[in-house]
Amino acid sequence: MRIRIAHAISYDYAEPARHITQVLRLTPRDHDGQHVMSWRIEPSIDGRLRASRDAHGNIVHSFYADGPISSLAIRIEGVIETIDLAGVVRGGLEQVPCEVYRRDTLLTGRDDALCRFAADAAAGAGTPLSQMHALMAAVGEHMTCVEASGRSGIGATAAFAAGEAIAQDIAHVFMAGARHLGMPARYVSGYVAAAGGLPHGDGAHAWAEVHLDDYGWIGFDCANGLCPIDTHVRVAVGLDYADAAPVRGSRQGGEGETLNVLVRAVAAEGRFANQ
Amino acid sequence: MVAFDEMTGSGAELRSAYSALDRWLKDTPAETLALRRSQAELFFRRIGITFAVYGDAESTERLIPFDIIPRVLTKPEWIKLEAGLRQRVTALNMFLADVYGPKECLKAGIIPPDLVYRNACYQLEMVDFKVPHGIYCHIAGIDVVRVDADTFYVLEDNARTPSGVSYMMENREVMLRLFPELFATHRIAPVDNYPDQLLATLRSVAPRSAPSDPTICLLTPGQYNSAFYEHSFLADKLGVELVEGSDLLVKDDVVYMRTTQGPKRVDVIYRRIDDDFLDPLVFRGDSVLGVPGIVGAYKAGNVTLANAIGTGVSDDKAVYSYMPEIVKFFTGEEPILKNVPTWRCREPEANAYVLDNLENLVVKEVNGSGGYGMLVGPHANKAQIESFRHKLKAQPDGFIAQPTLALSTCPTFVASGVAPRHVDLRPYVLSGANGISCVPGGLTRVALKEGSLVVNSSQGGGTKDTWVLDA
Amino acid sequence: MLSRTADSLYWVSRYVERAEYLARILDATTRLTNLPSTYGGAGTEWQSAVSTAGCEDEFAAAYGEANERNVCEFLTFHPDNPSSIRNCLAQARSNARAVRTALTSEMWDALNSAWLELQRFEKKRMDREEFARFLDWVKNVSLVFDGSAYRTMLRDDGYWFSRLGVYLERADNTARILDVKYHVLLPANEQVGGSLDYFQWTTVLREVSALTAYHWVYREAVKPILIADLLILNRRMPRSLASCYENISRFLDHLGDAYGRHGPSQRQARKTLTGLSNTKIDAVFERGLHEFIEEFITENNRLGNTIFEQYLQ
Repeated sequence: MRIRIAHAISYDYAEPARHITQVLRLTPRDHDGQHVMSWRIEPSIDGRLRASRDAHGNIVHSFYADGPISSLAIRIEGVIETIDLAGVVRGGLEQVPCEVYRRDTLLTGRDDALCRFAADAAAGAGTPLSQMHALMAAVGEHMTCVEASGRSGIGATAAFAAGEAIAQDIAHVFMAGARHLGMPARYVSGYVAAAGGLPHGDGAHAWAEVHLDDYGWIGFDCANGLCPIDTHVRVAVGLDYADAAPVRGSRQGGEGETLNVLVRAVAAEGRFANQ
Repeated sequence: MVAFDEMTGSGAELRSAYSALDRWLKDTPAETLALRRSQAELFFRRIGITFAVYGDAESTERLIPFDIIPRVLTKPEWIKLEAGLRQRVTALNMFLADVYGPKECLKAGIIPPDLVYRNACYQLEMVDFKVPHGIYCHIAGIDVVRVDADTFYVLEDNARTPSGVSYMMENREVMLRLFPELFATHRIAPVDNYPDQLLATLRSVAPRSAPSDPTICLLTPGQYNSAFYEHSFLADKLGVELVEGSDLLVKDDVVYMRTTQGPKRVDVIYRRIDDDFLDPLVFRGDSVLGVPGIVGAYKAGNVTLANAIGTGVSDDKAVYSYMPEIVKFFTGEEPILKNVPTWRCREPEANAYVLDNLENLVVKEVNGSGGYGMLVGPHANKAQIESFRHKLKAQPDGFIAQPTLALSTCPTFVASGVAPRHVDLRPYVLSGANGISCVPGGLTRVALKEGSLVVNSSQGGGTKDTWVLDA
Repeated sequence: MLSRTADSLYWVSRYVERAEYLARILDATTRLTNLPSTYGGAGTEWQSAVSTAGCEDEFAAAYGEANERNVCEFLTFHPDNPSSIRNCLAQARSNARAVRTALTSEMWDALNSAWLELQRFEKKRMDREEFARFLDWVKNVSLVFDGSAYRTMLRDDGYWFSRLGVYLERADNTARILDVKYHVLLPANEQVGGSLDYFQWTTVLREVSALTAYHWVYREAVKPILIADLLILNRRMPRSLASCYENISRFLDHLGDAYGRHGPSQRQARKTLTGLSNTKIDAVFERGLHEFIEEFITENNRLGNTIFEQYLQ
């Protein structure tokens, strides 16, 4: 499927900022399941944009701008071609030993309840793969996915206790469970095209990947109850949301920030198809 | 359990290093000692050498008790100890270069890979990054304890931001003021060249692109940090600016200080902020202590951080238990300093033994520090032991266990007069581009409560001046 | 030097100066209210003390009607008053602690000892006598700190920033006294005559410790217009606005010379100083004393901001 993505992040400051630094993980890489046809990141103001690669192999852009800045918009546009590999991720850049992804982080810590939950979910299942499918089903059933719209994450334990969470925390809950069962698990931030008619996605989304000896990395999207298909575009991976966050920033001055985000990810048929 | 006494050995003799001190103690009335002690306390309070205790809202600033009776080491003892420290720190630096580089020691099976990879202190940002001059741990504090006339054990390596060196120096200062006569009758190796050595170390590791007179600063979390006094003390002695995160800014991967004359470029940062709080763009996003972009500047090679990011993977308590093998693997030598025998609870047989012998062992949380998250079996009550039993069963790889060591004792002036109290020793080892240096002695910490083995200042420990006799 | 260090040095001095000023207000007000009522004012002396200290809103929120007990409590140790003597000394020490190494040991000692001593005072129950001792002690702390700075600090930017703090605060304080008491200095009141006003006037002089100085300078009975002259224009009087600005301008020029660049702070301070030099007190009264003072306070605050922007951020 050919997916066209338009993502705009804009900030307005009541009091102009003197300096802004942003770290952007907003650029996908190629792997067997996806090919980047075109991709552009454009800040609305002059500054220095430097590309590098982080520990996980993600493409990172650091953006520095001097003020006074009263508003800043970052526009991302691109076209990706995907194929459905039933969630299996192959042919990507893997820099970190998968053992690293068994670590607990602030956002993926787990309490007794969550551990019991994961153990119960996997109890009947045979192979590690079917255990993970069982865990995905259980998380999908236990957790209600709510739209992000300005909410920020609270971490696996709190989200699990609440029973409802935004997509990133549902991924955290699944990761915490998988790690408890001894599996390396990582966080994925990306986009889901509206085309598939999936209940959650239609824009920015988050899910998890688990490393299984026989398959390598496989994605699990608990919010949508499936392993990622060709509607899913992987952008960045990490130990948790904080590690793979699309934007991390800091500024001097610039009190009274308001943030607006617009994301569209659509199947690009017809006139986009040959672009 | 009878502990080795620094002054009287097994109790009957008088060890030669202490002969003059023994005479002095016998000749000096208790009232004089008490008077000197209160003068020492006044001195410390006036210079403001206080520390903050975490979780203690009542009195946020306290003095660490100072004991006026020094702890004495002979020159031969120190020579051996120093050789062991140099070897240990050399191995620590080689280990760090290896785990962030070729990973030979993991391939050779010296240490289980998951201990490194799953360790939160193993900073992925540092993988395949070449640190300036190949040195990771510029300032190390190695905690050693003594169990008999010839044996020192390393209790813990501190490779992140070890503190206490200001106490080492101020203790000497106050002793010189209060007891000049003791310094006339002993030949004691000086410690006041420590700042010069530290400065030379920091200058030597400046980025190669830095000017020949690099700008150095000391980065502190601020005045509410428990070690703030030390930070300001060291900055003053080094003659460098004491900066907080907000005093630094990063532009285009270069670090600057905000000064009254505009931004000034910084080349070397002696940072006393933990990795997690160093850069909100890379580590904890909620940190207000750090400097956004500083990791980028570091990785661009424009600034040196001392210590490097990610040194914590080498002083973790689980990694500690492999240090003898690590020393041997990297230096090709037998370790001069021993490790305390350690049961790794991650190993099922070891854990079974530990569970059976909890009342005799010291159990430590792998990621705990400062004496927190620790069980001292012989001093614990039933409930504490049971709570640890539960923890050990639930998460065995979070713990190690060690025998309760008979830490050596040293005469100490307490309420009941002069009595033996358990001590440890933290020497400070500096690693620069031009080699390793180590001032003679270090900081002696003393558990002031009778029979107590916990010397941490946060838990009622005190300090002593440490003498290395030069003859 | 680090901007934060300069900022802290500046604020250490300001807070110590402010603590002393509060002690003077309390001292002078106590004297005034101790007079038999026939000599006293309108019975609003304590409210006036709160206004002079510049914390009317905070006080109103904590108490309501002003009396000796609650005003003394509020201006000395009250936790809700950010500008109480206690909080000023605490802030001074906290700023000093953050930049310990930029202070001489004598200056640190003055502040640290004051802090330790303050805690002893705080625990005591204070009768009038003890309270008077306390106020004297506060004034003394300021003298010791000021003296130790004067005697032990290197004459470089650190010293100049610390002096700027002293004189900006002092100018603000003197101007505030005039702002609150201007009405007793107006000619209309002079005609009322009698002892009532006399004690109000001498209170103003006492608040800036200038009663003796007045007689030496003017060799005349106390007159409102001369009081205003002394406090605003007389450069021989160390708390006058003119004297403060003479110092502010001098220390800013030292900074500008040392850094090789003069900027908006230097220009602004010089302008205010020139204005004070070329004014006669009659003209001030003609234009309106109150307006003159309000304008000065605004300008003085503006200079504080300019210094902050030029050097301290």
